[in-house]
Amino acid sequence: MLISINRLMVWLFAPILLLLSNTSVQALEEGVERSNWNMPIGVTPISQDVYGLHMTMFWWCVGIGVVVFGVLLYSMIVHRKSNGAKASNFHDSLGLEVTWTVLPFVILIIMAVPATSSLVKLYDTSESDVDIVITGYQWYWGYEYLDEDVSIISRLSTPQEQIRNEAPKGANYLMEVDEPLVIPINKKVRFLVTSNDVIHAWWVPALAVKRDAIPGYINESWAKIDTPGIYRGVCAELCGAQHGFMPIVVKAVEQEEYVAYLAVRKELAIKTKELANKTFSLDELMAQGEQVYGQACVACHGVNGEGGVGAAITGSAIANGDIAAHIDIIVNGSKNNALMGAYRDTMSEVDIASVITYQRNALGNTTGDVVQPIDILKYKQDN
Amino acid sequence: MAHGPAKGYYTRWLYTTNHKDIGTMYLWFSFSMFLLGGVFALIVRAELFEPGLQIVEPAFFNQMTTMHGLIMVFGAVMPAFVGLANWMIPMMVGAPDMALPRMNNWSFWILPFAFAMMVSTLFMEGGGPNFGWTFYAPLSTTYAPPSVTYFIFAVHILGISSIMGAINIIATILNMRAPGMTLMKMPLFVWTWLITAYLLIAVMPVLAGVVTMMLMDIHFGTSFFDAAGGGDPVLFQHIFWFFGHPEVYIMILPAFGIVSAIIPTFARKPLFGYSSMVYATASIAFLSFIVWAHHMFTVGLPLAGELFFMYATMLIAVPTGVKVFNWVTTMFRGSMTFETPMLYSIAFVILFTIGGFSGLMLAIAPADFQYHDTYFVVAHFHYVLVPGAIFSIVAAVYYWLPKWCGNMYNETMGKVQFWIAFVGLNVTFFPMHFVGLAGMQRRVPDYNQFFADFNMISTVGAFLFGAAQILFLYNVIATIRGGKKATAEVWENPEGLEWTVASPAPYHTFTTPPLIK
Repeated sequence: MLISINRLMVWLFAPILLLLSNTSVQALEEGVERSNWNMPIGVTPISQDVYGLHMTMFWWCVGIGVVVFGVLLYSMIVHRKSNGAKASNFHDSLGLEVTWTVLPFVILIIMAVPATSSLVKLYDTSESDVDIVITGYQWYWGYEYLDEDVSIISRLSTPQEQIRNEAPKGANYLMEVDEPLVIPINKKVRFLVTSNDVIHAWWVPALAVKRDAIPGYINESWAKIDTPGIYRGVCAELCGAQHGFMPIVVKAVEQEEYVAYLAVRKELAIKTKELANKTFSLDELMAQGEQVYGQACVACHGVNGEGGVGAAITGSAIANGDIAAHIDIIVNGSKNNALMGAYRDTMSEVDIASVITYQRNALGNTTGDVVQPIDILKYKQDN
Repeated sequence: MAHGPAKGYYTRWLYTTNHKDIGTMYLWFSFSMFLLGGVFALIVRAELFEPGLQIVEPAFFNQMTTMHGLIMVFGAVMPAFVGLANWMIPMMVGAPDMALPRMNNWSFWILPFAFAMMVSTLFMEGGGPNFGWTFYAPLSTTYAPPSVTYFIFAVHILGISSIMGAINIIATILNMRAPGMTLMKMPLFVWTWLITAYLLIAVMPVLAGVVTMMLMDIHFGTSFFDAAGGGDPVLFQHIFWFFGHPEVYIMILPAFGIVSAIIPTFARKPLFGYSSMVYATASIAFLSFIVWAHHMFTVGLPLAGELFFMYATMLIAVPTGVKVFNWVTTMFRGSMTFETPMLYSIAFVILFTIGGFSGLMLAIAPADFQYHDTYFVVAHFHYVLVPGAIFSIVAAVYYWLPKWCGNMYNETMGKVQFWIAFVGLNVTFFPMHFVGLAGMQRRVPDYNQFFADFNMISTVGAFLFGAAQILFLYNVIATIRGGKKATAEVWENPEGLEWTVASPAPYHTFTTPPLIK
């Protein structure tokens, strides 16, 4: 049924599609096809329900439109003065008024019934198999697997050169991240959505999940994915300058692969903790720092540290002054500017140490200072 | 003996208490704001012409989308309707002027200051408002640029202006009608404005309240909207939309009145279902107070709340449908001609209905989880606001301009202007339905190539639509400066008291009340 309606739509809008001769319907998703001019059918029972509702509503509107616009066009063609039409003088009919009040009301009730049952399903977040806390940050996402002691940070991985038109854009331009959210298929996954700063919205069209991430609130939603694949989404609520640059990538995998993934992440977490006690060379720190800067800092502070939304790093008092103050602003955030958030929980000690070292010895700064992960660890304990 | 305008080029306009002068000033002010808001929109569209960042930085892009919305809503549409009300309501009810002429002067003259202040924030450190015209907290409080305080003050001033305008309109309609002009004899434009004025008085104080709470949060240490201090960011949205939903009807009800005046004139047939039109308008106004949370389906309302707001929102389709059916039936078996105001009015009926259809789809809460905050919503509200508010205002200007200045506009130019605007509008906004459904979110300066084709088409349409407005300006100026003299009736047997006075309308009309049959 849904498929045949879709076919019909394609024919109906064929002229428009022809106009778009260079329409490259590249997949964007791996797992299912994604239309570039209609809502995706998606890979969850809810998304398929919602797609059905959407198309049903669409056809109701087309039907009503054909009748109303039909009468209008008929009058415009037939009842025009240049055709010699003489105006009637009728201007009231209680019968008609009652009819076109009651009839739409009945149609609305017919529409409301499936909408209500879908909504009830959509709200049923009970008896989940996997629980994931999703936290919105300016401008990236944090995912925490409840009861698994695994948490990851997921940032845009599209390089600035592509955004600045200095390099050709990849197929998944602005829709790719360094760490996708990995979840198992055929399991009820519950999302607990919140925010650390402003309001964001976690939206993956293929799952029909869109939930506002609001500081102080935990909103719930769920998905049970039936096809393995990679599904892409975006932050849907305006959350500041980089709102368009915090995508979401969900990787749906078989249960075994999911278990294996969690095991690797747990091991990685232990390793990261151990690394906090290791001493690195300047070169090692600089290499890692450059990478971290490119992911976490560049959008606000500029490719060359020249600043933008955020302050300039080049020649700045913080990057050239007291090391403790430099550590503080990254660990605890700025006290004067809410846009510079705290990275205490969203960046490892190694990453903080290396990015500070990088900022003090690159981007036009030449302090020669080396900050080790252990310094960060100590600072965190004391402050 | 009535006297003419005050002496002196500037003082005439500064001191005037004449409803026609003030109406003219409102209309010109509104048009200049419309062009400014349009330029902001074209900057947005130019950046979105293709993927990648080309013209503006994301931070400035957000200021442009925000200012476009604020200027269009508060600077273009609302003042234009007040301007039309000033010009037409006294003439339509047979009154010599507005009931409170000095307040009328004041409510206009504070507007330019409010907008000068708001626009000046663009040049301040940290830039202007960048949090969307809906200015959700905490993005507009804790995380806002320092200029937000000026924004708050500007909103206060324009709120005061709107409230004074509304009081004036209510006082005029209820007290200044000519003997025999009973309420149910009033033209629909007067009726829709009466209801709109009550909406304004009900909700502008709510807007003032919410911006005051923001001010307290920013400067005086309160935590109305700050979760860390025990406040509630969602509270902001409830208060804002309690203002915001009636606000969107404030921008459409007077349009209903305009179209209800124009269609009967050019169909040469009385308006079908006058009294049901009045009741439908009142029902829409009532419903506008109980549907606000349909803007908030994704914030995590309880299921019962979602269902209530979904059903209530769907109900709006009933009175709106009644209005559309009445307009269509008015045209049915008429004797139609298609002068520019009529073209605009027919386009209004068709395109506003399309916007109504997408509105009905958006009302379906489960589907709204996919539509919300995407370009589908942008397409929806531009389909109701541009053909709704803007087209009706342009229609009104073509319809009443001969009455205002005594000259006929050039019909061919009017029609050309209409068709450019009509094509431009649809090319701009129709593809937005598609990219929204495909997954492009609102308020972003950059996007994947997946959305590129439709965005490029939209941008081309937007510049076409912009060009049509320049032609409109030219048409209006050319008509004011000369042209065929208009008769008192202007059109063929139009209904209404305004057509019983000379064209151009004398500086003072109905100093003695007219006879109402």
